[in-house]
Amino acid sequence: MFGWANPKRFMELSGAVLPWVAGAAGLFLIVGLYLSVTAPPDYQQGDSVRIMFVHVPAAWISMMAYGWMALASAIGLINRHPLADVAAKEAAPLGTLFTALALITGSLWGRPMWGTYWVWDARLTSFLLLLFLYFGYMALWNAIEDETRAARAAAILALVGAVNLPIIEFSVDWWSTLHQGESIVRVNGPLIAPVFLWPLFLMAAGYTTLFFALLLVRMRTEILARRSRTLILQADG
Amino acid sequence: MAEALFEMGRYAAFVWPAYGITLVGIACAIAFTLRAYRRAKKRLASLEDGRIR
Amino acid sequence: MNSFWALLVRDIRLATRAGGSAMLALAFFAAVLIFVPFAIGSNSRLLAEVGAGVVWIAAVLAALLALDRLFQADFEDGSLDLLALGPLSLEAIVAAKIAAHWLTTGLPLTILSPLLALLFDIPSPAFPALVVSLAVGTPAVSAIGSIGGALTLTVRRGGLILPLLILPLLSPVVIFGAGAVLSAETGLANGAFWLLAAFSMGAVVLSPFAGAAAARLNLSG
Repeated sequence: MFGWANPKRFMELSGAVLPWVAGAAGLFLIVGLYLSVTAPPDYQQGDSVRIMFVHVPAAWISMMAYGWMALASAIGLINRHPLADVAAKEAAPLGTLFTALALITGSLWGRPMWGTYWVWDARLTSFLLLLFLYFGYMALWNAIEDETRAARAAAILALVGAVNLPIIEFSVDWWSTLHQGESIVRVNGPLIAPVFLWPLFLMAAGYTTLFFALLLVRMRTEILARRSRTLILQADG
Repeated sequence: MAEALFEMGRYAAFVWPAYGITLVGIACAIAFTLRAYRRAKKRLASLEDGRIR
Repeated sequence: MNSFWALLVRDIRLATRAGGSAMLALAFFAAVLIFVPFAIGSNSRLLAEVGAGVVWIAAVLAALLALDRLFQADFEDGSLDLLALGPLSLEAIVAAKIAAHWLTTGLPLTILSPLLALLFDIPSPAFPALVVSLAVGTPAVSAIGSIGGALTLTVRRGGLILPLLILPLLSPVVIFGAGAVLSAETGLANGAFWLLAAFSMGAVVLSPFAGAAAARLNLSG
């Protein structure tokens, strides 16, 4: 039962930190959104460049979330710390959300330019695969009944995925240059003018703090749920 | 400045949904997360009450 | 090394008996290839264009079929625990199973592919490229697939989520494999074959370690 001494500290720490993180998220997002809708239209892409302010940060966070999952998984595997397993597990739904947002906003960004809602460009395709990596991870957690086993299996999957991810991205990039169609426009746009940097970074900061705020709440929820399960088991046992 | 908001012309049909879905997604994430937390907290509290009694 | 070969031969025998995974994979492979013209029409130019890619997809999917039973069959009747107690390390056991899987699905598919490629009228320069790329790429499918099989060892209907787990991981194989055939068809070198070989080699060498780690956590108590 040694592992459970730590979660108490975590609950105390997270409880103290959470209001600040959430507050920062709210601040960044509000200011970021304001700057996003009031930014001047881009010379080339017109007003659709505004979508960049919600698409690019979502893409960044979806990747960061996977990196977080992989890191937490590694710590969970090596140190056998249940808190690391919880940190990995609770990041997955958030990563899925941001990946989905990246895909949807990316598709909407491309529609006026490419004429279709989907195009098999390197970035969108990579994120589609990332979405399925997240689905697989969550499915594995759900499929295995024993929690410790599920944690370890999911951790191995996350690490295998993390090793594979750069290779997948490379192969998709290679493939899309191979089959270069008419449109070489990358969803990022060629250059980012300074007036666009502020909304972009503020939104990115907002998404990041939002991710961690939600993650902390989810982890606290899971710890409370585990305590409940322990109490039930003790009452029965 | 605010006029730019409403004069997006042909891009409006894409920019607004993009922001809309983003905000809806974030709002739902926050709502579901908080709801799950409150439920877990209530459940634990009622279990602990049951034990003490 | 004796135990390694013994395990390998045993698994091959199990897979090639009637109703075993080898038959299943070949039947599925042929079925997909025969259904594609039914679905997209018999326009021979269209078929020739997509043919190599379709054969590749069919091979990868067919190779997937037997993966969920790779470990589960032995796990259910206790043989896996016995094997784990024996002289072979878990990594060697996984390696033997990967080899057996490839020899009974990947290899037969590769050998059969030129015959079925005739159904699509794939241009003749592409034939050797198709066979060689399959020969090099299918071991990666067996290797990465075995990780999925080991992870879902204890899951009752593990076969249902196994494709979800490993298909994203297999995308480089399909991309580079089909790319190699494309390079032969168009006569333009694109390095696909070397990328495929590198990925496959890496997968085959590293997968036994990941697979053993996954099997170990499912076996221990």
